[in-house]
Amino acid sequence: MRDIRLLNAPFDPGALIASFSAANPGLGGVCSFVGEVRGEQDVTALELSHYEPITLAGMEQLADSAFDRFDLMGLLMVHRIGVIGPGEPIVCVSAAALHRRGAIDAVDFCMDHLKSAAWFWKREQRSDGWHWIEPRADDYADRSRWEK
Amino acid sequence: MAVTILFLGPLQDVAGTASRDAAAPLDWAGLLAIVGPEVADQLRDDRVNVACAGRVLSDKQSLRAMDGDEVALLPPVSGG
Repeated sequence: MRDIRLLNAPFDPGALIASFSAANPGLGGVCSFVGEVRGEQDVTALELSHYEPITLAGMEQLADSAFDRFDLMGLLMVHRIGVIGPGEPIVCVSAAALHRRGAIDAVDFCMDHLKSAAWFWKREQRSDGWHWIEPRADDYADRSRWEK
Repeated sequence: MAVTILFLGPLQDVAGTASRDAAAPLDWAGLLAIVGPEVADQLRDDRVNVACAGRVLSDKQSLRAMDGDEVALLPPVSGG
């Protein structure tokens, strides 16, 4: 079962993961990651922008890579766009597989690519206005672990 | 009709606008000339990509946008 989506409104990761698990009968394990806006002092909102013609298509290609690379039964990849408040989920990736390793590695792989290789731009609102966020060096290093 | 240039992410702030029109056809040299020196400097950075008509160019210098095409300037990304 494959479910790749962009959402422009708040979502309930628990509900998505529950229906995703139910849609993969016979699975041996599910691994899920949910990213949320950190409740940092002075950050009142985060805004995720994208570019319609390529962002979702790029996520579909990332899902293709994950299915090629790992032994998966299903993959859920949901990413928010728009303005998001502290404590709200931004991203949810869940992988179902017969065995744990494929599921865990697939989620790690998808998150590393969503952080620094998917077509999103992020900025945060502080008391002095909006600030664009660039990936950290760690984000690039995390992604490079998957290069063959 | 013309070519529409879109400035994504932080390039919006550098350009001072989210989009502008340019005469078709538009090639790499024409793009650098029309976006202003600050955006042009960023475009020369390898980490900045260019999409034309919904496709990311593997070689941005090969840009050749025709009437009605949308050219998107894509700075380094940050998701998740």
